[in-house]
Amino acid sequence: MKPKLQATGLAAEALRDSPFGESAMSTEPGLADKDMIINFGPQHPAMHGTLRLVLRLDGERVRKCDPEMGYLHTGFEKLGEYRTFNQYVVVTDRMNYLSAMANNIGYACAVEELLGIELPPRAKAIRVVMAEMSRISDHILSIGLQGMDLGAFTAMLWAFIEREKVYDVFELTSGGRLTTSYTRVGGLAFDFPEECERRIRKFLETLEGVLGEIEGMLSHNRIFIDRSKGVAHFTREQCIAYGVTGPVARASGLDRDMRRDRPYLDYEQYDFEVPIETDGDVYARYLVRLAEVRQSARIVRQALDAMPAGPYNALGKVTLPDKDDVYSKMESLIQHFMLEMPGHGIKTPLGQVYHSTESPNGELGWFIVSDGTGVPYRVRVRPPSVYQFQAVQPMIEGRLVADVVATMSSLNVIAGELDR
Amino acid sequence: MNETLVAVLAVLVKAVIIVGFPLAIVPGLIYLERKVCSYIQGRIGPNRVNLTIGHIDYLLPPSMRGALPVGLARFKLIPGSLQPLADGIKLAFKEEIVPAQADKLLYFMAPVLAFVPVATALAFIPFGTPTWDAFGSGHVINLQLASANVGVLGLFAIGSLGVYGIAVGGWGSGSKFPLMGAVRSAAQMISYEIAMALALLSAIVTAGTVDLQAFVLHQATTWGGAGWLMFKQPLAALIFLVAMFAENNRLPFDLPEAEPELVGGYHTEYSGLKFGIFFLGEYTAMILMSGLFVTMFMGGWSLPLLIDPYATGGLNALLSAGVFLAKLFLVLGFQIWIRWTLPRFRYDQLMSLGWKKLVPLALANLVVSAIVLTFVS
Repeated sequence: MKPKLQATGLAAEALRDSPFGESAMSTEPGLADKDMIINFGPQHPAMHGTLRLVLRLDGERVRKCDPEMGYLHTGFEKLGEYRTFNQYVVVTDRMNYLSAMANNIGYACAVEELLGIELPPRAKAIRVVMAEMSRISDHILSIGLQGMDLGAFTAMLWAFIEREKVYDVFELTSGGRLTTSYTRVGGLAFDFPEECERRIRKFLETLEGVLGEIEGMLSHNRIFIDRSKGVAHFTREQCIAYGVTGPVARASGLDRDMRRDRPYLDYEQYDFEVPIETDGDVYARYLVRLAEVRQSARIVRQALDAMPAGPYNALGKVTLPDKDDVYSKMESLIQHFMLEMPGHGIKTPLGQVYHSTESPNGELGWFIVSDGTGVPYRVRVRPPSVYQFQAVQPMIEGRLVADVVATMSSLNVIAGELDR
Repeated sequence: MNETLVAVLAVLVKAVIIVGFPLAIVPGLIYLERKVCSYIQGRIGPNRVNLTIGHIDYLLPPSMRGALPVGLARFKLIPGSLQPLADGIKLAFKEEIVPAQADKLLYFMAPVLAFVPVATALAFIPFGTPTWDAFGSGHVINLQLASANVGVLGLFAIGSLGVYGIAVGGWGSGSKFPLMGAVRSAAQMISYEIAMALALLSAIVTAGTVDLQAFVLHQATTWGGAGWLMFKQPLAALIFLVAMFAENNRLPFDLPEAEPELVGGYHTEYSGLKFGIFFLGEYTAMILMSGLFVTMFMGGWSLPLLIDPYATGGLNALLSAGVFLAKLFLVLGFQIWIRWTLPRFRYDQLMSLGWKKLVPLALANLVVSAIVLTFVS
């Protein structure tokens, strides 16, 4: 006999109500109850990515909410156990596809800490520039989507134009726009081209104007304020209890930023502020993101001004030697061979490391266990979106359907990170 | 010309104009909407679909081909201007998907209900002078199809039926998101129709008539031709304008089809030409309400110095129709501009705006105008 699939919770009720469930013969479209159960996603225009919320509605009011993940089976963590350290960089692109660069950098930093490598200053500065550009692109898109979900479609397209400019810069440096795969263990895949600096400066010049326009469209708009103020309130204590980090936590008054509190890539030498709001609602998150874009632009400017010359890769056994040297020097040829041939690669010491960076969405942590074979024994990710997705339920229960949309876009949950 | 013949012909021609008007204007309106919105959003918008309708040089003898400038010989429309036509063809050839749980009769009826009443109500809108002496035949033509002396009431009685299309469509789809859209729509339209009607009452009190043609004449003859009710009754005009957006389900009041919340709202389950007719009905309603606003608050077809409301000349009549059209597109353009600028209200905010602000304001305005008018006259 075929085993019967058992759904639980609201999903079971939804199944019973659905035309494919137990009441398949009934002509009632599940409306007999006073309450209505609807599927918000995984295919729904407001669910950016394959997120699913099962909602029990009383009219327009959400009585109960069941956030469900599991619609993007990726197995990123398991893949880490079969890929060498450099091969895995490609996988990190796909986790938070809106800030692939930040993921690349976070992962590479974790592996470098495991190996105990110190990067040359130029590599660090380039990484800082790229990480902050990635934050700008992620935040500005998030701001735009916040507008779109509340009905201001225009702000979203203005934001998209800016994001494209950031992607142009990524394309120039890494060759990829969305999936950048820019970092390598011990450095970067390519050097930072001259052209790039000019492009970034030009972009930063126009950015302030666009931010002003978006602000004019949303920040002082009475409808936008009414829709976002006091919606999806989350206190500082709740943020700590749920493990929420990043702009969402900072909007609730949780003053925590990895760049400042546990500096990596020499972030301590840059002068920047960590914007904090205390309201903990959708509007506060919007303001925090907006302020962070400005701070990131500030960091990028500083990094560009003080961009040191020199190698962009750490000298040592983990990075590929110069191609000319491979053809002319024995040691370089051997090193190239040892890194590239199957069965060889970067040899890591026995041990484990947890390293976290401040990705645009919050604390992105990597826990890597090495058994000395050149392939990690275990890669565990702490993606910020998972913790924020858990917070959806307390935020929207008791509120209206329209607030669900506002909440989801203020959290900026990326489905790619949820199912590792 | 025979006077009876002119009279019969006049009614027929006017009927054709009124029926054809939305069908002819809506594609242009859709093009306008897409173009305006793309300029607001920093895009280019539709710029591909086009036809070369010239080919004049093929009419010439072979030896003379190429003598004409290319622009003249291959006369083209504005690139992209046929995009609405392409959209229509696409919709016509789409597969019609009827949900298994749909109430078939209601499901098929809804698009018709959404379009026909609003198109019918257009008959009440005066689009030109009432005193055109057609071709010197002695028969005076009123450029209005249904010159009822209760024009405003008639228009509302018929035009308001349009909400049934949305409500029935949402119910008949047998699906949850459309149902929510339908409920929202019904609630919204009823609430805002009250504010709208109260705003109209102030205008009616001021003008002293419910005949739409008389409305225009009142505005064209007082205050030296500039006695438009938007100057005499600015608050009523503002309330009507806001309620008009809600009546037409346009942003910031497009809750019945709020895309991020309800997927497509009441037309989620509609595809193909049925969706196309909903679309057509929505834009026709927009034209109807804008036309009503132009007629009641912006002086209709009148314009000081340019149009003499009592002249019988053909040119005067043509100009008046042109003025009406220009004003209509001004209001339509305003609606498009607002739509792509403002975010959407939430359901409770919409209701509180309607009942707690607009309705009391409109009521107070009505009382004040009535008192003032009593003392003035």
